Amino acid sequence: MTFLITCPNCGPREALEFSYGGEITRRAGPGSSSAELTGYLFFRENANGWQTEWWLHRDGCRMWFLAERHTFTNEIRRTYPPGSEPPVDAQAPEGAA
Amino acid sequence: MHPVRYFKPWRMWRHHDVEKTYDVVIVGGGAHGLAMAYELAKRGVKKVAVLEKSYIGAGGSGRNTTIVRANYRTPEGVAFYKEALRLYEQLAQELDYNLLFSQQGHLTLAHAERAVNVAHERAEVNRLLGVDSRVIYPDEIGRLCPVLDLSDRPAFPIMAALYHPPGGVIRHDAVVWAYARQADRMGVHIHQDTEVTGVVVEDGRVAGVRTSRGDISTRVVVSAVAGWTSEVARMAGVRVPIVTHPLQAFVTEPLKPFLHVILVSATLHVYVSQTDRGEVLIGSEIEPYSSYSQASTLNFLEVTAKHALELLPMLGRVKMMRAWGGLCDVTPDYSPIMGLTDVDGFLLDGGWGTYGFKATPIVGVTMADLIHTGRVPDLIAPFAVSRFWERRLVSEIAAAAVSH
Repeated sequence: MTFLITCPNCGPREALEFSYGGEITRRAGPGSSSAELTGYLFFRENANGWQTEWWLHRDGCRMWFLAERHTFTNEIRRTYPPGSEPPVDAQAPEGAA
Repeated sequence: MHPVRYFKPWRMWRHHDVEKTYDVVIVGGGAHGLAMAYELAKRGVKKVAVLEKSYIGAGGSGRNTTIVRANYRTPEGVAFYKEALRLYEQLAQELDYNLLFSQQGHLTLAHAERAVNVAHERAEVNRLLGVDSRVIYPDEIGRLCPVLDLSDRPAFPIMAALYHPPGGVIRHDAVVWAYARQADRMGVHIHQDTEVTGVVVEDGRVAGVRTSRGDISTRVVVSAVAGWTSEVARMAGVRVPIVTHPLQAFVTEPLKPFLHVILVSATLHVYVSQTDRGEVLIGSEIEPYSSYSQASTLNFLEVTAKHALELLPMLGRVKMMRAWGGLCDVTPDYSPIMGLTDVDGFLLDGGWGTYGFKATPIVGVTMADLIHTGRVPDLIAPFAVSRFWERRLVSEIAAAAVSH
């Protein structure tokens, strides 16, 4: 794990300080079918390319935030707190439905 | 000129033009894909193609740490890997190729009472199913591996170990080459430098594949691509519960033979064996983030070397020689995904995480049986992708990875 992640609070830090939270998923809400719940629990896009994902600044401010990372090069082009507007130039992860 | 053609007199498999039609197309020229192709040819399936985007054995087959064992935790897993181990024992003869199989024994070290309990549980399940495993304590561990630090100096002293005598190492490249040579002799077309770019599905049924060397029409496509399973499954419109994680390993400079067992420690996230060349091979757990990068990292070397020294302090002045990484397609329950999908004719052989190489021969047999007869063999029935929709998970997390 030798790349830098820019924490929205603390700035660029070594990736070792962070915990990975996986790609973003759409939570199955109340009234969801068993199949929808199963899809949410287990099934992932696992994109080989740009992916929006969760990170926790574990050894820092302990903030959960979102990052757009290229899963082949590990380049991170943007990090932002949850709830903030997604960037205008954001692309859907490769292969995302 | 094609590099394979250049060394003509030594060639173990031939170069072919890609034909327009095959009975079965296997995506991925690793040990699994080649084993399937060989077993299909043995069953009389005439036109089989193995498509490899790089060279054969370039992925997980050439990057794993060559350990073979059957000491799993679930009855489904133990029965399956027991059969894999049995086939490995006779594979050199079957394929007429020296595979340098050394059943030196496998020790899973326990550094905590919880780990001792898991070792007992695995030993009981193993013995019930006829797999040789038992729990041993420091006196016997010391006799099997005198160089191991069994003192109370480490932060987590060794309390016991799950001893699995038939576990061992087998030369991974030789397994790939042996399967490839025999498959080629029996008429399988092995296409290297041939990347699959699409799977053609018509009316819920596989009709063919698109490749970098032209389109192929076929009724059966098998994905045997390990870390890239999500991508190939996506081409066929099949969803899979897989996340790809890198896994790294390194070897030291060669030493005289001193380590005659395989050591695994889940607490220290490390496993150690000595290769036939004398190098000490040290591997770790999967990286804690998903990635398709096979690069190795300095952080891995630092942490893993430190943990290996907790077990074997005598390695302190030994030089690290080579490091590499590979990709693991990890499933939520740490069991593989094998068999049929919702798309008729599209078969999966993936989700192999860190345990694909040790399953190779039985994967070849069972997947070939499935394709040839259309009936799912009992051994792999628990591993269908449908188990996630039906909530019948096969939790192998305690025995499959060193990280747990």
